[in-house]
Amino acid sequence: MSTLTETQPKRMRSRGQAGDRVFAGLARGAGILILVVLAAVFVFLLVKGLPGFNASAATIGQGFTSFWDVGWPLLFGTILIAVLALIISVPFSIAIALFIAFYAPRRLAVPIGYIIDLLAAVPSIVFGLWGGQQLANSLRPVYSWLGTHASWFPLFKGPYAGTGRVGVTAVLVLAVMVLPITTAISREVFAQTPKLTQEAAIGLGATRWEVVKLSVFPHAKSGVIAGVMLGLGRALGETMAVVMVYSSSPRVTFNVISNSSPQTIASYIANNFAEANPDKRSMLIAAGLILFAVTFVVNFAARAAILRGERRMSR
Amino acid sequence: MKTSIRRAVVPGVAALALAASLAACGDSNNASSGAADSSGASAASGSASTDSSTAPAVNNSGTLTGGGSTAQGSAQVQWATDFQSKNSGTTITYNQVGSGAGRTSFESGAYTFAGSDAYITDPTEYASAKKACGADPIEVPDYVDPIAIVFNLQGVKSLKLDGPTIAKIFAGKITKWDDPAIKSQNPGVSLPSTQIQPVHRSDDSGTTQNFTDYLSQAGGSAWSSPVSQTWPTTSGLNGNGTSGVVTTAQGTDGSIAYVDASKAGGFGIVSVKVGNTYVAPSADTAANDLAASKVDPTAKAGQLNYKINRTSNDPKNYPVLLVSYLIACPTYSNSGVASLVKNYLSYIVSPDGQASGSKASGAAPLPAGVSAKATKILSAIK
Repeated sequence: MSTLTETQPKRMRSRGQAGDRVFAGLARGAGILILVVLAAVFVFLLVKGLPGFNASAATIGQGFTSFWDVGWPLLFGTILIAVLALIISVPFSIAIALFIAFYAPRRLAVPIGYIIDLLAAVPSIVFGLWGGQQLANSLRPVYSWLGTHASWFPLFKGPYAGTGRVGVTAVLVLAVMVLPITTAISREVFAQTPKLTQEAAIGLGATRWEVVKLSVFPHAKSGVIAGVMLGLGRALGETMAVVMVYSSSPRVTFNVISNSSPQTIASYIANNFAEANPDKRSMLIAAGLILFAVTFVVNFAARAAILRGERRMSR
Repeated sequence: MKTSIRRAVVPGVAALALAASLAACGDSNNASSGAADSSGASAASGSASTDSSTAPAVNNSGTLTGGGSTAQGSAQVQWATDFQSKNSGTTITYNQVGSGAGRTSFESGAYTFAGSDAYITDPTEYASAKKACGADPIEVPDYVDPIAIVFNLQGVKSLKLDGPTIAKIFAGKITKWDDPAIKSQNPGVSLPSTQIQPVHRSDDSGTTQNFTDYLSQAGGSAWSSPVSQTWPTTSGLNGNGTSGVVTTAQGTDGSIAYVDASKAGGFGIVSVKVGNTYVAPSADTAANDLAASKVDPTAKAGQLNYKINRTSNDPKNYPVLLVSYLIACPTYSNSGVASLVKNYLSYIVSPDGQASGSKASGAAPLPAGVSAKATKILSAIK
């Protein structure tokens, strides 16, 4: 790695092209800078957040006595809400990507692709407004029904809280927000599957679906997983939309239609930061450190999946 | 090299800032003298005055930066606009960062004054404020706002409830709207058996602090949780900020919530039991309650820290109110800054400032007695 970056500029210098040298320098600078920024964020979280792990009961409030009393429920809530959002969005994403890549006529595939990409550009606060002001209210009859008829299912245990501002609404809004990321990546991966194997499958008399199942999915699996992981990263860290959409508090429960849905780390920080005294602030930064670590792990897993896929494809 | 440059530049900048501040300050005094007579807001300061209205606002000269409480935010915007229009060349910035952040910035010296929904009670915080000022900080009320207890119940526009019932509702001990405790106080009102959904603030807030203070004083044994800025339990619905609570309460059948009275439109409103009658929230009744409250005995000379009377028996008083404070230093090293702080804060607590602020925010003006006491304290800033 290091030998590569050192030998390249040397060769350029020997040609005496100043422009190349400047460009290489700029590119290298940008690369180093982003590492420095990431490291700076981590060091900041570590230094400012470490005292927060020993926060007192008075600092945390709400009857919690230690950091992990509130830390675990928040971690649980963050992962639960994000994973539920993925469970809803991933099948849609893959279906949309398949439709665009294989089924849709070209004049339909292109605009749909654009629209999905556009969805990714909508700011999260807009999703928050829509989810909190409209979607939540529209879904009240649905939750009411679920609370009475589906209460055997842990997620819908209820009782229905007379409101749409509950965990499920946040899950749905997050699902919509994650959708374009997973779709875009899946679409790219599907488009890259070799035509040869597809044609071979068709030649053997396979139907459209069998082609997808036999020649596309095995090839695209790791790429799709990477897309899902990136979506998960977004879902874990999403703040504004989540804060604006539902009412939550740090607690461990699968019940996402009652009046106390589990809270995510990001929304806990956003809710408490404005009025926080220095002790509380370091406790919030400690929570941020956990979120940073979780998203880092998720993104790392995504990279690993992509790498593995690339290696397999090049084989 | 670096230090030598700094050595040369720093005194220069300081001198420039001082000159400019004196000029701007003299300017502001000249400009405000006409207005000050009518408002009784600013006392003339003895600083040297050169009549240069073109003086650039360098550093501290005509610029005052403070911040904190969002509750008094809209009033602060109005006060700053008023003050700047009367005193050209001054710039007042009030950052609505929340009480806690405002106090922290004040203690670190970043803000010249702070707005806070509570006076400083935490000993460590008080110590750092004292250190920042070199003396006990000034704390005076500048904003009184009734907190309305609102509900969303189809067909019901107003209800009468006493302290213990309200406390039981918010503690989750009364769960249905047709509970006998509610029915007995509201004869003639047809109450449905809808589940009660209490909605609280999810963020730390002075409104929560004042409301839990009311619950613990007026609720008797029904309320056992501590008085705090953070809602003390994790159960129940919540919303971020007043607008979040309003949205949640509006979108929930059978909800009950506490919000700044100015944001209570569209809801049913609870009249709270005081003595033998029920009092609805209003600017006047809230101000009356503050006037009837006593100053905390531990308060220092420059502090008007009220122990708000939540258990009054006088039907002119509405006991659920929020009182927000101004926090400043009694002395500032820069005389230009000192006189600007004095003039601006004195304007805020003056009858004129209070009238203007309450018009803009829907809050109550300070009672005349409190306003006079606060003006006296602030006029001693130097």
